Formats: sequence, C-alpha cells, structure tokens
Amino acid sequence: MLCQECGKRPATLHFTKIVNGEKTEFHFCEFCAREKGELIPGTSNGFSIHSLLSGLLDLDPSGKGQTPGAISAQSLRCEECGMTYSQFSKVGRFGCSSCYNYFSDRLDPLFKRVHGNTAHIGKVPKRSGGRIKLKRRLDELKKELQYRIVREEFEAAAEIRDQIRELEKNMAQG
Amino acid sequence: MSNLRFTEHALSEWMRGSGQDSDIVISTRVRVARNLQHLPFPLLATNQQSGEVLERLTKVIEDEQLLNDFGVLHVIPLNEINDLDKQVLVEKHLISPNLASESRNGAVVLTDDESVSIMINEEDHLRIQCLYPGFQVHEAWERASALDDIFESRVDYAFDDKRGYLTSCPTNVGTGLRASVMMHLPALVMTQQINRILSAVSQVGLTVRGIYGEGSEALGNLFQISNQITLGQTEAEIIENLHSVVLQIIEHEKNARERLLNESKIRITDRVMRSYGILSYAAVMDSKEAAQRLSDVRLGVDLGILEGPPSSVMNELNVKTQPGFLQKTFGENMNPSERDVYRAKLIRETLGHTCS
Repeated sequence: MLCQECGKRPATLHFTKIVNGEKTEFHFCEFCAREKGELIPGTSNGFSIHSLLSGLLDLDPSGKGQTPGAISAQSLRCEECGMTYSQFSKVGRFGCSSCYNYFSDRLDPLFKRVHGNTAHIGKVPKRSGGRIKLKRRLDELKKELQYRIVREEFEAAAEIRDQIRELEKNMAQG
Repeated sequence: MSNLRFTEHALSEWMRGSGQDSDIVISTRVRVARNLQHLPFPLLATNQQSGEVLERLTKVIEDEQLLNDFGVLHVIPLNEINDLDKQVLVEKHLISPNLASESRNGAVVLTDDESVSIMINEEDHLRIQCLYPGFQVHEAWERASALDDIFESRVDYAFDDKRGYLTSCPTNVGTGLRASVMMHLPALVMTQQINRILSAVSQVGLTVRGIYGEGSEALGNLFQISNQITLGQTEAEIIENLHSVVLQIIEHEKNARERLLNESKIRITDRVMRSYGILSYAAVMDSKEAAQRLSDVRLGVDLGILEGPPSSVMNELNVKTQPGFLQKTFGENMNPSERDVYRAKLIRETLGHTCS
C-alpha cells in the first residue's frame, strides 16, 4: 500500500483515529507522517503512535514499562457503573458521570494533554449552577480587592469587601 | 410514515447557499453534548436505562416554549426507519454514522427546515446540533445554547463544578461544544498552500478533516474545520477563535482565487470547462471524480467563468450523488457500478436544467 499523502512511498504507519465515534484510517509513509505530526492530537514534537496513545490514556509515556503508580491506577474502579480505569484506558470513554470522581486523580494529566486545561470556565446550568456562579463571582471580587489594595484605592476596596461579605453570607445561607 | 419526508428530498436549510461568505463557507454546524444525571452513559446503559433517557428527553420536546421558539419538532426513533433512510440522514449530516449503526433506543429530533437536529442516545444522552448555511458560527451557537437552556430547565444535567458538562468521551468534557464550518478551498489546494495553512490551523487548537467517507482525504476540496479544545475555554472564546481563523482562511482563499484568475486564467478556464463538459456528457461517474469535478464547476461559477447552477444546487448535488441517496432516488440495492451510471445520469440532468 502506498502512502495516502504522497502516493509515492510505501505506507509504513497505519492507525485508526476515533473522534466522537467517527473513525478515520491513516496510512502514511515515515516522511509524511513526520510532516503531518503536528496534525495529530496529543503529540507535540512529531509523530509517535506510542506517545499519542499513552499520552491520551495517561499510561507511562516513557515507554520503559509501567511505573508502580500506573499499576495502581489500573486497579481504580468506578463504584457507580463498575468501569475500571484499565477498561477506560482501552475504550477511551467514561461509563457514567461518577467515573469522573473515581478516576479524578488520574484525569488532570489526561485533560492537560487533550485540552491544555483541567477546569471548566464556560457555561453553567442555570438551575443547579447557581452556587457555582456565586463562587465565580466571589473569586472575581477577591481578585479585584487585591488589585485595589495594591493600588491603595481603599475606598473602592472597602466597597468590594462589603460585597464579598454579603455574597459569603448568601452562600452560607445556601 | 410522515417522518420519511426528511429522506425524500435532498435540500436542507444548511445547503441553501445563503449566509455570509457562502461562496467559500458552505455551512456551519454547532453541537453541544449533554448527559442526564444519575444515569450511565449510553456506552454502559441497559435497555431500560436508555429507554428512560429517551422518554425523559422526548417529554421536553413537547415543551411549549420549545414549540413557540423552534416550531414543530419531529421525533424519529431510529428503530422505526430502515437502513437506507438512516444512510440518507447521515449523508445529509442530520445524524452521525454512530447513531445510525450503534445506538440503542436512539432517536433524532428534527425541525421542519432541518436546521436543528437533536440526537438522543448517541455517544452522549443528548446532542443538540444546529446547522446553518454559510458562515454563521455565532448565530448557530446562540440557537444551540437557547435549546440547551430549555432542556436544562426541564432535566438535570450531569455537571461538575470543576470539569463542567460531563461527557462520555474525554475530548468533549467541559463545554461539550463542537463548532465546525465546511469550507470549499479549491484555490488553496491548486496553489499548494493548503498543507501549510492547515498545519498552522492545527496549532491554534483547531482540527481539519475531509467531509466525505471515512478517509481523511478531502474529496471535492471540501474541508471541515472545528475546535479541538472543549475544556478551559469559554464558549464565546471557542466560537470567536474559530470565527477569526476561518475569516483568515477565507481571505487566503480569496487571494489565491484572484491570483489564479490573474496569472493562469486560460488554464483555470480549461479545467473548469473540461469538468463541466465531462459532467454534462459522461455516462459513468464514480463518487470521487464527481466530487472533484463538481468542485471545479463550483469554482468556475464563483469566478464567473461559467454561468451555472447556484451554490444551493451544487450543495444538493453533493448529497444527492451519495450512495444512499442515489438508491433512495433510483431504487434500492444497486451495486457500485450501477450507482456510477445513475450518478452520471443525475448530474447530467441537473446541469442540463441549470446551466446556460
């Protein structure tokens, strides 16, 4: 089989990418694979299937066998739906929303790799998200308070301090 | 069954060829992924559980506000339609291949104009999609978000303070938002700038893929550009990022078209006219050649070389010449070489009516 990119050299790297359930097959020669390396998620410098997979699944990216930490991660299990971390790393999909809690410790590196971030800052459900909105507002106000204090704008700072107290009172009352 | 009307005609709202920059951006799609609290994701759900998801979500469809704001919504359970109809819905981009082939208790909910498509029990419990013609990412996002609000007012979503909206696949968590535009970029392909531009695009958190078939090859010079990151950016940032990058690609494509016209008008004219001639008279046409030649004709019309079919007809042809749709039109159970004959016939007849 020839490389799908250049159509000249034989394809030596074959892999299937599944994104949102959409399967895409790739057949590249070494050269084109290197060239396209940056198009493949999870790789920073060039093409490596191993770093792609282990990076996404947060196994051991060094390729020197599994570390003790990784082994204990493999025995993690979601008590809600029964999915184990090892199953998750094979399937690449969570079984239920509680998996996020049970695998929590292992997820930061995974999300860091996939998204470059670990925490959501976007939309919040209107009904159940009321608390989160208050919390975000509180964080904003605290930041602004620091800013005002540094600039010695004490009157403005006092106002913000009052707002923070009010907000904290509301939150404590639930 | 009345629902089948969605598979009897090819034209959807998203193919109308209207909207901003519709000569380069064919269509815009925004989808949000959501899940219900306390129920396993479709991957692990039992029949009973996925049945409950379907029931709870279809109840929301009857919501009065939904009816007022979005018009009548048609619920189509996937187990009530045949495989060919499923394939046609996939070819029209109204459902995913995954929903068509793998879902249990799966359903799609469509508005009359097919600009809204809600998938139930796909990879996630709920996927709200808005499809618009041309370049309308902000509009599509606002509409999808409004729909999301209505669902959220009636069901409890799986949401986490830190991770945001929880999804089955780690690549969707956070906003659950995927915004994508389908672009026709023949001049960038011809002038061999496309790879440079696409790899630059991939460095700013966007991904590019072709739109036909399973392969990554961009048949017909059509590319789908979408955000890759869903966590740690706000929806507004994701939409704005895609918007500004697409604007730049449009600019590059426009420049490349202008250069083609200035520097090699006779060659580009020859290419367009050859393709037009072949499409007008060929008796056998495979899907790959059809996609490429239709792309040439579309470019020819855009550049004023050829007075031909409006882009809505070209968009429709792209869908009508897909295997499922051909079989829907000319009779079921065709083998590939029979399809090639009917594809050629369909194109001949369509161009014959609209070109001068």
